[in-house]
Amino acid sequence: MTVPTIDQNVASVVQAAIEKHGRDRDAMIPVLSEINRVFGYVPREAIREVRKQLHDPARQVHIAESQLYTLTSFYDMLSTKPRGRHVIKFCENAPCHVVGGKAIWDGLREKLGLENGETTPDNKWTLVTTSCLGLCSVGPVVLIDDDMYGNVTPEQISEILERYE
Amino acid sequence: MIKKRAMILVSNDPESIRLGANEIVQHLNESLATYGLQDEVDVSTVSDINHSNILPLVVVYPEAVVYGPVKASDVRYLVEEHLYKGRVVDDLLAPPKMLTGQIGWLRGHKGYNPAEQRIVLERAGRIDPDNIEEYITSNGYDALGKVLSEMTPESVIDVVEKSGLQGRGGAGFPTGRKWKFVRAAQGSKKYIVCNADESEPGTFKDRIVLEGDPHVIIESMAIAAYAIGADEGYIYIRGEYGLAYRRLEKAILQAREFGFLGNNIFGTEFNFDIHIHAGAGAYVCGEETALLESLEGKRGEPRSRPPYPVTKGLWNKPTSVNNVETLANIPAIIRNGAEWYRSIGTPSSPGTKVYTIMGNVNFSGVIEVPMGVTLREVINIYAKGMKPGSTFKLAQTGGSSGSIIPAVLQDTPMDFESFRKAGVSLGSGALLICDQNTCIVDLVKVLLQFFRFESCGKCTPCRVGTQRTYEIVERISKGQGKLEELDTLLDLANEMERASNCGLGQTATVPIRDMLKHFRTEVEAHIRSGSCPTGVCEMAQEVEKV
Repeated sequence: MTVPTIDQNVASVVQAAIEKHGRDRDAMIPVLSEINRVFGYVPREAIREVRKQLHDPARQVHIAESQLYTLTSFYDMLSTKPRGRHVIKFCENAPCHVVGGKAIWDGLREKLGLENGETTPDNKWTLVTTSCLGLCSVGPVVLIDDDMYGNVTPEQISEILERYE
Repeated sequence: MIKKRAMILVSNDPESIRLGANEIVQHLNESLATYGLQDEVDVSTVSDINHSNILPLVVVYPEAVVYGPVKASDVRYLVEEHLYKGRVVDDLLAPPKMLTGQIGWLRGHKGYNPAEQRIVLERAGRIDPDNIEEYITSNGYDALGKVLSEMTPESVIDVVEKSGLQGRGGAGFPTGRKWKFVRAAQGSKKYIVCNADESEPGTFKDRIVLEGDPHVIIESMAIAAYAIGADEGYIYIRGEYGLAYRRLEKAILQAREFGFLGNNIFGTEFNFDIHIHAGAGAYVCGEETALLESLEGKRGEPRSRPPYPVTKGLWNKPTSVNNVETLANIPAIIRNGAEWYRSIGTPSSPGTKVYTIMGNVNFSGVIEVPMGVTLREVINIYAKGMKPGSTFKLAQTGGSSGSIIPAVLQDTPMDFESFRKAGVSLGSGALLICDQNTCIVDLVKVLLQFFRFESCGKCTPCRVGTQRTYEIVERISKGQGKLEELDTLLDLANEMERASNCGLGQTATVPIRDMLKHFRTEVEAHIRSGSCPTGVCEMAQEVEKV
């Protein structure tokens, strides 16, 4: 049985992203976002591959790997490092803070044994803080992958975490 | 049937009744009969609209003139002058300061939420955002049709300028003037860009528009494009707004299908199309030049200005960057005219404002009310009061770069000019209402943590300033601060405001200044006694004051 190597996989993911968003310079952020969605982060192999497929002096499109890396490190939704299967984003801004956010943050850290930016040894969870998600009327807010949880209380944390495999 | 030509409302809360509201109603009925107006004018009563010092109130519709405080002995003269002769009685008008709310002027339903005046949010929540036909049947694309068939680009700009519409993204720059600059700029290729990178903490008004009424943005961008001479537009939407992105994407496809985007729109020579671009998580991209950098596929680092985007914007072409809420006002202004728009809000800040309310109040959510409503009115009427056991301590406006408003400023009308005069900022319209259990040091620490995290790092004053100010406030919150560090904070604030490249570094200092201006005693208590008066801050164990 042949298992697709990450390299083969990366090439096809990059190609699909480029076909969707175009070959111009302004497509780079959408392309990187697409890659991040598939792998949970932007692997170095993918950066090499994007450069290989997009760099085209004949069309005046000059792209360096460093440019792609600097975009990945700049934007908060893109990650340069592998993340766990589920990413927990906790809103740390004032609107969630004044309605009891800190107790939720402490609860998450304690339950998972993680600090900001860390991943559990079994690769299940990554815990990060995030800036405002625009869901302020139901703070405190926690985002797990694409699932939003509002009005979270410390008692609910275990029950919410148990929903994930 | 006789047509009523006027309606009079008299306040009848207990306080008004104590001050003679019932006699006023009685006198009104008698005086109207004297002048033979009893069949043309209705008299009705209305409960407290929270203007305790000008009661009893008499409001005359349809002109919505508010008189107060009114005495029974004033009534006959008032009826003779206003209703019989048609002249407003200036002497009896309620003081302008008290009128800020205009809440009594809005039509509310009994037992329903407090009355709002919805222009921006007119359709949000009422139509199916995925169905263009529902938009069309509620006046949708009428304004675009009117613009393309009856108006020149100059006359469109003229209407917008006369309406007095100011940018709702936070800066309050006159929209008509911005369009005029772009129209006048050299070059044949121009762009209209919609700034939908809403990321001020506590702000989600644009999301409600984008999710609930995506076509209004398409229509207004087309109108803007016609006015400034653009044939291409971009919507830059923050990456976190997935649902809004999908709704916009669908709306754009439908608009193309119906011929509202594309070539020869409404059978004219006008061509226009829109691209949508999702951000990837960076607060600074809400700054217009950082947004343009990001649109071009670069790190979202603000450019040096001048040149401004109106002359050198996207791909160095003249560009108008407008906020979602600003744009959502445009079709209604075109349909109803500048005069209509100016009749709403205050003379210096016409129109409505969408606020997001949250914090220690009974109701959190979005409201749209005329400019000039006061914070007290928002809290008491729209937020349905503070939570049980909570008393108001402060409000934080416009996200993190907004001001901290202490209780003494609760009655300042919320409009651009009044706020500027009071030294506070309206920002993006977030109202975070905090009670007595909120520690000012802890709150400012959280605000500064945000700036420290979101500073793009391009310029030193902001990159280092946001870090150092955070460190000082964090030390204070642990009871390890020193009094002289408060001066250091202000020194750093001065330098950040003077030398930062963009609004982020220039306004990151606002919470620091407001904290020291309004709550210095509380800050000093952390330093002097090593304890937090509200008990919020966790003090470091090893602190021992000698």
